[in-house]
Amino acid sequence: MAEPPGLIEARELTKRFGDKVAVDHLSFNVEPGRVTGFLGPNGAGKSTTMRLITSLDRPDSGTATIGGLGYSQLTKPLTVVGALLEARSVHPGRSARNHLLFLAQTQELPAKRVDEVLDLVGLKEVANKRAGGFSLGMTQRLGIAAAMLGDPPVLLLDEPVNGLDPEGIRWVRNFMRQLASEGRTIFVSSHLMSEMAVTADHLIVIGRGALIAQSSTEEFIERSSERSVLVKSPDATRLRELITAEGGTVQADTAPAGNGEDKNGDAGMIVTGLPAPRIGELAASASLVLHELTPRLPSLEEAFMELTADSVEFGKIEPGKTAPTTAESGTAESGTAGTPTAGTS
Amino acid sequence: MTAGLLAAEWTKIRSVRSTLWTLLVFVVVAIGFSALVATVISNTWNNPGNHPNHVTLVTDPTAVLFGAGFGLGQLAMCVLGVIVISSEYSTGAIRSSLLAVPRRIPMLTAKALIFALLDFVVSAVTVFAVFFISTAILRSHISITLSTTGVTRACIGGILYLTVLGLFSLAIGGLIRHTAGAIATVIALVLVVPPLISLIPGTIANHIHGYLPTIAGTLVAQTSEQSGDVLSPWQGFGVFCLWTVVLLGACGYLLMRRDA
Repeated sequence: MAEPPGLIEARELTKRFGDKVAVDHLSFNVEPGRVTGFLGPNGAGKSTTMRLITSLDRPDSGTATIGGLGYSQLTKPLTVVGALLEARSVHPGRSARNHLLFLAQTQELPAKRVDEVLDLVGLKEVANKRAGGFSLGMTQRLGIAAAMLGDPPVLLLDEPVNGLDPEGIRWVRNFMRQLASEGRTIFVSSHLMSEMAVTADHLIVIGRGALIAQSSTEEFIERSSERSVLVKSPDATRLRELITAEGGTVQADTAPAGNGEDKNGDAGMIVTGLPAPRIGELAASASLVLHELTPRLPSLEEAFMELTADSVEFGKIEPGKTAPTTAESGTAESGTAGTPTAGTS
Repeated sequence: MTAGLLAAEWTKIRSVRSTLWTLLVFVVVAIGFSALVATVISNTWNNPGNHPNHVTLVTDPTAVLFGAGFGLGQLAMCVLGVIVISSEYSTGAIRSSLLAVPRRIPMLTAKALIFALLDFVVSAVTVFAVFFISTAILRSHISITLSTTGVTRACIGGILYLTVLGLFSLAIGGLIRHTAGAIATVIALVLVVPPLISLIPGTIANHIHGYLPTIAGTLVAQTSEQSGDVLSPWQGFGVFCLWTVVLLGACGYLLMRRDA
């Protein structure tokens, strides 16, 4: 196979649990050398997808391969894929060292590799303590040690910062960035947009088990929501008329801080359809004073909410009329932007 | 399956406290109860009520020597057999195991082999310890040695029975995957079902009773065949092995089919 060893490919992955479709004909590629964020609301099927990639769950249809091979075809899987899954996966009565030791033995790795990874994640002092007594942060580090045991080119991390303190979060972030810079494939899931905004280079967004978007993080933010400009002026009424005459759309600023008038007595306006320089020129030509003129890029959070609004599990949606609308609009949108999505690559 | 898989399963089984505790309970209960029964028989030897024991000690000495200790002690081995696999599910460690060994049959095979080996060694030591301690207590009244007809076969049979019983329990643990449910099922099959079946009158019920896993399995630990036995000692052991192989096969099949 001419596949790069670190390429993850999902093709039409589908998994049902009874009547519920957890993963719905999901196709995507995860490329080496960057952090790919796997984004979706809780219950979107992120964990199930990761379990399908690692053969813990059997797909009802479709395939997932790593470097062209299915996970269960790998003879020493931990030397190819390191996985940190969200659910508990350590016997609480077993010491950290013994947990890693048995994993190392299955891969025919030397026992000294256990000490190396314990050192790497900073668990050397508690190596012989029972894992059941570990804090959440320590448990997460043990999971990362297990994932790093075989020095794999591919890492799957399911919500790695969930429940961690700020120091732990920073540690995981830096660790992921470092691993990606070493050319590894980092596939990390999260339901936190803010987290992905700072860690991911690329995003795969799913909702209700189906692909919503697949693009670079920047592209995702830019494309998903219209750019807008925050304008504040003591002559708001006149300015509003000018902007509307130019074809711009004006809305009152409803952000908490801009409720009504600020301390200068200015009412904030959100202008869409006109770039900030043009608004400035309009104001200048009419000799209107501007107190603020701020181009606003939608946050990843907003972009995400917009895209997944209809696909949030338990959201206000008629049963039977599910994700397709969102999925289609997402696909169409990314299609026009020239980004390959499901099936087109 | 590789040496690495066997080493990994050995690391798993030796690195949790439950292994040590259940084996300790097994050894202490088996030796303790056997010694207690032997002591009581010895101390009340001339009591007329003890006559049936004297007869059994001649016709089937290991039934008396092993009955009490292993009748109860075997439950500890059942518990260990179940938790060797069910604890992986209850703690989630199965996910780590299957990420490392996605081909599930080799993992199950390695696990079964390592546990069987441990069970065999501990059972061998305990069976012979029970035999020598109990016969020593009864020495002044009756001489039972390994050269007494059928005794050596019964001792080895006892060790084999306890080993297969462990695998039988492991299979049920892997099928049910919940520790409490699996232990309850095994204990029901070992202790509850046989006396219930034997309450049903008629030869068909008698045959069903004779083919029950532990009824058939314990025949090989008897010194000599008894009047009511449906099967010979080795036939009985074969039937027990068949039960176990079928259950292990079902366990392997479901392990492959089910999501972890």
